[in-house]
Amino acid sequence: MLSRAAENLFWMARHLERAEGAARLIAMGQRMTLIPGPSRDEWRSVASAAGAETVFEDRERISEADIVDKLVLSPDVPSSIRYCLNRARDNARAVRTGITMEMWEALNDGWRRLETLDNAAALRDLPSILDWVKTRASIFRGAAETSMLRTDGYYFLRAGGLIERADLTLRLLDVKYYVLLPETEIVGGGRDHHQWTSVLHATSASRAYHHVYRGDFSPWKISDFLILNPRFPRSVAFCYNELARYLELLAIAYGERKPCHMLVGEMVSRLADTEMGEIFATGLHEFTSEAIGHNARLSGAIHRAYHF
Amino acid sequence: MFDEMNGDAGALRQPYAGVARWIEKTGADALRLKTEEAEAIFRRIGITFAVYGEGGDPERLIPFDLIPRVFDAAEWRRLERGIKQRARALNAFLWDVYHRGEIMKAGIVPERLVYRNEAFLPEMVGFDPPGRVYSHIVGIDIVRTGERDFQVLEDNCRTPSGVSYMLETRTVMMRMFPELFKGASIDPVDDYPDLLRKTLEEVAPPACKSSNPICVVLTPGSLNSAYYEHSFLADRMGVELVEPQDLFVNEGRVWMRTTRGPQRVDVIYRRIDDDYLDPLTFRPDSVLGVAGLMQVYRTGGVTICSAPGAGVADDKAVYCYVPEMIRFYLGEQPILDNVPTWRCSEPDELAYVLSHLSELVVKEVHGSGGYGMLIGPKSTKEEIETYAKRIEAEPDDFIAQPTLELSTAPSIAGGGIAPRHVDLRPYCLVGQEMRLSPGGLTRVALREGSLVVNSSQGGGVKDTWVLSE
Repeated sequence: MLSRAAENLFWMARHLERAEGAARLIAMGQRMTLIPGPSRDEWRSVASAAGAETVFEDRERISEADIVDKLVLSPDVPSSIRYCLNRARDNARAVRTGITMEMWEALNDGWRRLETLDNAAALRDLPSILDWVKTRASIFRGAAETSMLRTDGYYFLRAGGLIERADLTLRLLDVKYYVLLPETEIVGGGRDHHQWTSVLHATSASRAYHHVYRGDFSPWKISDFLILNPRFPRSVAFCYNELARYLELLAIAYGERKPCHMLVGEMVSRLADTEMGEIFATGLHEFTSEAIGHNARLSGAIHRAYHF
Repeated sequence: MFDEMNGDAGALRQPYAGVARWIEKTGADALRLKTEEAEAIFRRIGITFAVYGEGGDPERLIPFDLIPRVFDAAEWRRLERGIKQRARALNAFLWDVYHRGEIMKAGIVPERLVYRNEAFLPEMVGFDPPGRVYSHIVGIDIVRTGERDFQVLEDNCRTPSGVSYMLETRTVMMRMFPELFKGASIDPVDDYPDLLRKTLEEVAPPACKSSNPICVVLTPGSLNSAYYEHSFLADRMGVELVEPQDLFVNEGRVWMRTTRGPQRVDVIYRRIDDDYLDPLTFRPDSVLGVAGLMQVYRTGGVTICSAPGAGVADDKAVYCYVPEMIRFYLGEQPILDNVPTWRCSEPDELAYVLSHLSELVVKEVHGSGGYGMLIGPKSTKEEIETYAKRIEAEPDDFIAQPTLELSTAPSIAGGGIAPRHVDLRPYCLVGQEMRLSPGGLTRVALREGSLVVNSSQGGGVKDTWVLSE
């Protein structure tokens, strides 16, 4: 396939996953602000997890309206919902022949609604808009899953989505552990508990987590679930196992292994051989920063391997 | 005035019997509601016509009129013969232009119209494109003024657009009104993409030894107004849709950049203008295009469809001579007439035009899309005077035609069902053989009294039926 087409498929899925990630982050922020007590840096932590702290004029005082302005409606903040959905649609327009009608309709349907949305309406209907974004992403993935030929294009699409999803989970953990928890706060306090369960909510993981850990909300176990559990579809281990699988399918299709295959293999075996104790011993933040860097290197290696 | 449904005298014409029953049964109100439903379908599928940089919605819908335009088998047989005849003559003319120029030597077509034409490419002189085909897709715009009176309004030899609407309007009509198609025996058009692909494969270059030539559609990109059509055709033919930056030249062949590395390309159906094909040949200042493409083309390493320089045959001044071309190259009488045309380059004709501007339609020779024309009967005195000055300054740039009584067809307009002017653009494919899908694209001027059917000027489209024998 054309390298430009592969690149557009890869980024179409990334942008859509990133839009969904922004929606999940903002929903998490909303949930966190609901707990009584002195106002904290919840929105700042959302901005930080979205990698967009610098676009806010006053980082110390970020309001929900600011978040809507920058992370929902901004046409040029690279992690805003509008920006990401517009880019995903541009990617799709550029490879109209590489995606199915179902996928195109999933992206195109409702696009006009987003185009005409203004700040007041977005602020008023924020929860329903966030749900709408998540639904779009689900419909898109479902359309791809059930309508796309299983050829290289599908593998590039999936790889892009999985890299972005692993990235979001890592950022969420990083923000929770590093930004949200001031030194004076008691680990395991009510507020801490609420924040951890908000992280689970943001990853649609709370019920799944109950099934696995039966209500034991320790940071250790939540991190274990979101990083190492190979059966939870938003965990880093799951994303990397799947990434390895799709890159392997590319290697088989093209009869050639590339440096990106080595990089993905490194992370897969590392996650399989590691226990949560080791990660906490060296520091969760150190682990997540390193993994985020690894993710970026892998993305670059895929670009180079397939002439993007 | 001739109406496609009711003829001259207001008596229902036989080909429209089924459609008339359907309109009566459904009623104007229901049809209007259905129009909105159709628009929603078009919007969702993304069948839009992109107009960027003019404000408003950048992705506009072509207005779609639900009431089909119908030909019976006998009408179409005659049109088909006339269209193919014209496409043959235009290709023969192009071969002649880039070789011995017999028709100019015979004094039939003036040399300056050809050799000083902007679309004439000296680079093409002496070159033989595969099968001697220059224009592989010939779009011929036809108007009707009476029961048996069809006339050609203009020829499009470069990259006529609109064929995706021909296919999509049929799809949407069949989806929305299956009952209308039951028992109506309408010739299908959905094999057009297969025919196009066959046509492209038939003109593979000499260097291609494979029996499966690699064809691609070359688009300027997703901001182009016809991008939807480019992607649609590539998709339906099952070939890659490439942009100039996806292609490069190496060792006498053209290659596309793929995830497996370079892959050879044999036939390029280009939907970009000559000027942007190859910066080495045409526009050194352009960053678009594929450097070295023309050299590969001239040495038989790739085929470009339509051939660069094909535009010299669809110039409005050259148009006047097409009936002569048919006699000269084919030794036949033209089956389809031209619209009578005055050439302002001729002093006698110029004088006539200037004294009759209020009755005539005047067009720029190199213009297209319905822009820059004067419709005398619909213009004010000031507009006519201003236009007259332009003609006097550059008479060679203008032609004039009588204001035709274009046929009308019943359309959903003006709050009910009303007659609106229509034309027809069939798409004739020319490879080793000639192929023509039954019908074509009917364009309709939805504004009351308007004669301009171009989509860039508020024209709409209709499904076009040819009834089986």
